Amino acid sequence: MEHYISILTKAIFIENILLAYFLGMCSFLAISKKVDTSIGLGFAVIFVLSITAPTNWIIHNFLLKEGALVWLNSDYGIDGNNTIDLSFLNSIIFIAVIAAMVQLVEMTLDRFSPTLYISLGIFLPLIAVNCAILGGSMFLVEREYNLIESTVYGFGSGIGFFLAIASMAAIRHRIRYSNVPAELRGVGITMLLTGLVSMAFMAFSGIDL
Amino acid sequence: MALLDKKSKEALTDPLMANNPISLQVLGICSALAVTVQLNTAVVMTLAVVSVLSISNTVISILRTMIPGKVRIIVQLSVIASLVILTDQVLQAFMYDISKQLSVFVALIITNCIVMGRAEAFAMQNSPGKSFLDGLGNGLGYGGILISVAFFRELLGNGSIYGYQVIPNSLYEMGYQNMGLMVLSPGAFIILGLIVWLHRIASGIKED
Repeated sequence: MEHYISILTKAIFIENILLAYFLGMCSFLAISKKVDTSIGLGFAVIFVLSITAPTNWIIHNFLLKEGALVWLNSDYGIDGNNTIDLSFLNSIIFIAVIAAMVQLVEMTLDRFSPTLYISLGIFLPLIAVNCAILGGSMFLVEREYNLIESTVYGFGSGIGFFLAIASMAAIRHRIRYSNVPAELRGVGITMLLTGLVSMAFMAFSGIDL
Repeated sequence: MALLDKKSKEALTDPLMANNPISLQVLGICSALAVTVQLNTAVVMTLAVVSVLSISNTVISILRTMIPGKVRIIVQLSVIASLVILTDQVLQAFMYDISKQLSVFVALIITNCIVMGRAEAFAMQNSPGKSFLDGLGNGLGYGGILISVAFFRELLGNGSIYGYQVIPNSLYEMGYQNMGLMVLSPGAFIILGLIVWLHRIASGIKED
């Protein structure tokens, strides 16, 4: 149990997908102008990451990994001695799975929870090309997590993204009344502030559960 | 340059300074910053992005009359993803150490907004030659920022440039210390913020 809590805190605070790995910066910079929309995007990312991480884990481990196809019988010429390594297809398959999952989530929400669909609605299609989602799936392959670890990692990364974007939106809301040099307004000051927020998150790096 | 007419030349040079994809259009930062701790990874990443971007722009421009409007995003995505896989395989074959350091970030070029953005905004309307130049220009504009961030991070964080130590030992003996912050992620954000600021002062662009 502690092991999973450790993965969770690591994904949220210490190795925050946005502040430590710079993934999802594009939507972060574009969306964090308003608090409401940031929270909407944050929830959508948590949702999609927790679904795509285990799905991509299953696909990687049962279809693409070296020797993953051994469950096919030897009629296909694949057995213990004769393995196939399809892991070079990881990225293209993952992005297709993500796009399909996002579509599926959108349709399910539309059918069963129209209020949630309306509030997340415009963000879901954007998420398909968010680097954080693909990055999450690639990291769980690289770190060789198991299924539960992957799910916990996906959920944690989502929360991390949510925290980062929500706090950034709040800061940008406050800074509207400050006297920032004209050329620094917009992206420049946002990058500098992100640096400071990221420095604050660095303070968690001593925590080891 | 007599080789290129005015419009093609613009497609190549515009994104380098006046319309830089990172500092002015604010696209494609996702996969950019994580590889800027050292110059050599940043240079390899730049080469990867330049080749993917220019080839994908050319291919999509050749296909542009054949792609049905409704499925264009998925066609663009599959062209880009195949090129990225190809680049990744080439890197693993010929530069294994660097490709290990770049880890997942080469694969993440797929979701780099610049590649999709240029395919959608330029290659779908222009001829293959011009699209190639546009891809080249945007890739180099992106690489320019990437390499300058990496230059400062490596210089201030490790006291070296491209792996060679440039800060003399005598300076360290006098008490000079490397700036640990530059090696960590906040350093990248701060350096990029300052570069964007300088670039905007130089080009006189303001945002409210």
